[in-house]
Amino acid sequence: MAEAKTLRGGRAERPLSPHLQVYKPIINMVMSILHRITGAALYFGSALLAWWLVAAAAGPDYFAFVNGIMGSLIGRLILFGFTWALFLHALGGIRHFIWDTGKGYELSTVDRMCWTSLIASIVLTLLVWLLSGQFAATFAQAPLNYISAVG
Amino acid sequence: MNMRTPLKNARRLGSAKEGADHFWKQRVTAVANLILVVLVMWLVLSMAGSDHATVKTWFANPLVGIVFALLGISGAIHMRLGMQVIIEDYVHGEGVKVVSLMLNTFFAIFVGAAILFAVAKLSFGA
Repeated sequence: MAEAKTLRGGRAERPLSPHLQVYKPIINMVMSILHRITGAALYFGSALLAWWLVAAAAGPDYFAFVNGIMGSLIGRLILFGFTWALFLHALGGIRHFIWDTGKGYELSTVDRMCWTSLIASIVLTLLVWLLSGQFAATFAQAPLNYISAVG
Repeated sequence: MNMRTPLKNARRLGSAKEGADHFWKQRVTAVANLILVVLVMWLVLSMAGSDHATVKTWFANPLVGIVFALLGISGAIHMRLGMQVIIEDYVHGEGVKVVSLMLNTFFAIFVGAAILFAVAKLSFGA
């Protein structure tokens, strides 16, 4: 904005210190933010694991009901995101273990470790879902699965 | 350089009275989670889509229940510590902060307890 803002509540707008939006995103900053976001996501995602186990403990009928929800298209998309968050956060944790030893602080090393963990998290997520057969089933026969899960 | 008195060094606790306790627990549970998550992911993938009877046969093996239970404990501690830092970073109102920290503890313990109870019931024969 070219013109300065004038008054708010009778007082002049003071300049504020720059916040995130003024910086060009760089990989270590993005990975740092993602580490926290995925951590928070896993925090709530842990309830899914608890729910699944409690359903199994509750009995066959309720377990089938919960399995149906988790096997639906939306359920699988959430679990797919859960898997990626888990890998990204776990690899981020390994990155932090390396930094804890006082090593790996050269900028080139930081960038390389961040890019490696980001790419590895995607590759591992795809591998797990491809190998488990769930990923292929989700995207090849999504409507069928969805209908059978609902019906 | 160490600015602390010998007594402060002996107590190792610093001004927050907790020393490196938070940091250390975060790291210990992180290492534990790394191992346990690999095992649990393998177990869950093996059981994914199975019916109730099949899942019960998996839990007939005590090691299966033990691995889930350990992740329940280690995971609950780890996520409580992590969310505590997030709350302390972003929630500034004293009242809201105290309530948030308390809810954080309740949620972590609830998830951990639910996992332990479910695993116990499955392992001891649901």
